[in-house]
Amino acid sequence: MNWLALASIVSAALAVSFGAIGPALGEGRAVAAAMDAIARQPEAANTISRTLFVGLAMIETMAIYCLVIALLLLFANPLLK
Amino acid sequence: MNSPLANPVLFHLGPVPITSPVLVTWAIMLTLSLGAFALTRRLALVPGPTQAMLELIVETVDAQIRDTMRTEPGPYRAFIGTLFVFIFTANWSGLVPGAEPPTAHLETDAALALLVFLAVIVFGIRAGGLRGYLASFAAPNPVMIPLNFVESLTRTFSLLVRLFGNVMSGVFVIGIVLSLAGLLVPIPLMALDLLTGAVQAYIFAVLAMVFIAQAVGEAKPLTPKDRSDT
Repeated sequence: MNWLALASIVSAALAVSFGAIGPALGEGRAVAAAMDAIARQPEAANTISRTLFVGLAMIETMAIYCLVIALLLLFANPLLK
Repeated sequence: MNSPLANPVLFHLGPVPITSPVLVTWAIMLTLSLGAFALTRRLALVPGPTQAMLELIVETVDAQIRDTMRTEPGPYRAFIGTLFVFIFTANWSGLVPGAEPPTAHLETDAALALLVFLAVIVFGIRAGGLRGYLASFAAPNPVMIPLNFVESLTRTFSLLVRLFGNVMSGVFVIGIVLSLAGLLVPIPLMALDLLTGAVQAYIFAVLAMVFIAQAVGEAKPLTPKDRSDT
């Protein structure tokens, strides 16, 4: 195993781990705010949860980008060919 | 371990290589179209159980379109509804033994995202004409033209990567756990995967609605009634 492969594996792990931190914090804040809003105004729960789901998917995309980058590094790395 | 980005070729149909996602997609298309055809042959004014179920689906889609786009669902029902039902079935097709969700491969998702990209253009032009649609790219002022243009490309790309990443990571994790831990352990993960699949189908449809509604709203010249809404 050469250094390039080693660096790819390490950076794939780093990409996933650091890419998970930010969206996790963001999703926590979003869910907390939505809970707060539903508790204050239960009749708006439908609209709030629909918007929340879409927002969560938007935030989650950032983590998914990191996952895709990691998979590209591991399985489709152009430097390792 | 197999790469999630690779597509092993099953057989060749003449010069065209056929992969397993294509085969599963065909099966889903066949099931959905034949099912819809067979179930709508005997529609009655007083619905039976099957028809009531179908009406429930259509009415839910209609209600979502009405809530999200704030217009009548008529022109959008066919596109959004088909998109949702297809992605939902595709995400859950992993339940059938031997089948893998076609949305876990980049190509299917790219095709779906391309459909949304084209639908935004078509609905935008239909609402405001070619001139109105193109003018919506210069929406706040002409400086934004490159940004708006890049945005319409990147959001299509993020639509594609979001669906691919979510479904593929579910399939991938189940594969890893199955190879490490054995037969019955991945079942909770599969349940989670079903939830993710349903949510992702919903989100794909909602985002398609949002993009189309945005294009339609910007392409159409604002009337005083619309302006009071926003």
